[in-house]
Amino acid sequence: MSEQNQPGYGVGAESLERVRSMLAFTPQARALGIELIRLEPARCWGKAPYKPELIGDPDTGVIAGGVLTTFLDQISGGAVFAAMNKPVVTATIDLRIDYMRPATPGQDILAEAHCYKIGRSVAFVRAVAYEQSPDDPIAHAVGAFMINSDGGRKPGANLKEPRP
Amino acid sequence: MSAPPKARLTNALARVPYAQFLGVRAELHGDELTLVLPYAEHLIGNPMLPALHGGVVGALMELTALTQLAVAARSEKFPKTIDIGVDYLRSGRPVDTFARARVVKIGRRIANVQVEAWQDARDKPIAAMHGHFLMPEDESPS
Repeated sequence: MSEQNQPGYGVGAESLERVRSMLAFTPQARALGIELIRLEPARCWGKAPYKPELIGDPDTGVIAGGVLTTFLDQISGGAVFAAMNKPVVTATIDLRIDYMRPATPGQDILAEAHCYKIGRSVAFVRAVAYEQSPDDPIAHAVGAFMINSDGGRKPGANLKEPRP
Repeated sequence: MSAPPKARLTNALARVPYAQFLGVRAELHGDELTLVLPYAEHLIGNPMLPALHGGVVGALMELTALTQLAVAARSEKFPKTIDIGVDYLRSGRPVDTFARARVVKIGRRIANVQVEAWQDARDKPIAAMHGHFLMPEDESPS
């Protein structure tokens, strides 16, 4: 493991603000209303407020599974950030989500993510979503994330026509 | 259950606020279902590239699986998601995205489904998903 990729660097008020501004500049995170609560070395906590427009089951008012997917993906990315000693761009390689029970209608959802292993190119994260306590989980996620996924690609790279 | 399948599907999706939030619509040809996610700015997860949020692509594929299962079971009720595994293959560009599901097996209680999402070309998927779903209880008296 290289020196720069030891988990646990770069967490402070500055990092918290940086992740907050990353969320503020991510349209989908804003649309869901995702908030950052806390950052510790290699760990990230967030909140996704209950919103009627995010309901997946109109009969019960339970939030859609897709909201949890996006929320857990986002907070997992925050945990990777909190594990690095410099700003990184991450891309999700894969994400596996277990839905243990429906979220309680009307209640905000919290999540906690832990980047438990970080290499030169790949970070491994697990995350859990809950309302009151991680011991009573709504959903659990395990993901692998590519670090510095832009691979030298410049801003706006995705606006060009794809190669044939 | 007398409405034609297409209308039933559109009704089922229209009733889901989150599907409306994403802007998803269904296209049904025969029994082959395609979910379409027209590009919209609020779906972006990486504003630099820009790229669609991975969670949104995952959500589209999960909705595709749920809708395809509702079609297969001739029901307006959606199954419940047990687990999904999403592989991200390419970044989602800021254009329309499509997804189609293949029901691998519907058992008495659990269904296994595979889904692919693509943009410009069907043979260049941007993501793939497989998932397990709990089928709704049979309402007919036994």
